[in-house]
Amino acid sequence: MNEVSVQIEDFDTGVETTRLRALSAHTGAIATFIGVVSENVGVISEGIGAVSDSNENSRIVSLYLEHYPGMTEKSIAAIVQQTQQRWPLLGVRVIHRIGELQRGEQIVFVGVSSRHRGAAFDACEFIMDYLKTRAPFWKKETTQNGVHWVDARASDCAAAKRWESNDSA
Amino acid sequence: MINVLFFARIREQLGVAQLTIERADSVAQLLEHLVAKNGDVWAEVLCAPNVIVAVNQEVAEHTSELHNGDEVAFFPPVTGG
Repeated sequence: MNEVSVQIEDFDTGVETTRLRALSAHTGAIATFIGVVSENVGVISEGIGAVSDSNENSRIVSLYLEHYPGMTEKSIAAIVQQTQQRWPLLGVRVIHRIGELQRGEQIVFVGVSSRHRGAAFDACEFIMDYLKTRAPFWKKETTQNGVHWVDARASDCAAAKRWESNDSA
Repeated sequence: MINVLFFARIREQLGVAQLTIERADSVAQLLEHLVAKNGDVWAEVLCAPNVIVAVNQEVAEHTSELHNGDEVAFFPPVTGG
């Protein structure tokens, strides 16, 4: 199973993991990642040591997720395909929400099943690292102080890059 | 006809989500055309170093060729996940 959804609606992690578990009698491991809208703003400022302002006014109230319909689905499908060429997987499920999301809501689900945990853990992390740097989604944050677009993080690029120098996985 | 799309911060800075251009042979030529028509603010926004350009939903370069019916998109670095 390879299934990718880009949707406004929330998702049920129990249903998704049960589906992954039921895919094959060979399933020995399922790794999942769930992204959640936290109160911490995405990027405060550049430079080491920048610390989040704990003032309630600068905490996130909601997020708006914009995407590029068509290219989003294509780019996630390409990431999933790359993942499957790299690790022996039984199933991959990716769900990414769009639109208005409140603090505490789920944004993204990545679930991967395989015979052994190593492949499942690595593949799950690989998908998230690539999703964050390649899929055309943009977050806009609303705080008490106003509304602003989130800047891309250098640490996300570094996280995706490390897979390039580790081709033996 | 080339279909041109703008997303996120870039869409807001230009105040346009989508437009069409009669003809352009490359992304660079499309940019020249857009800037000549709309002014220097467009050059600042679209030629900023971190702007990503996609042709037919694949990441491309300023040197990429364009053909009739192509879809070109300009957007900032992605921040999903």
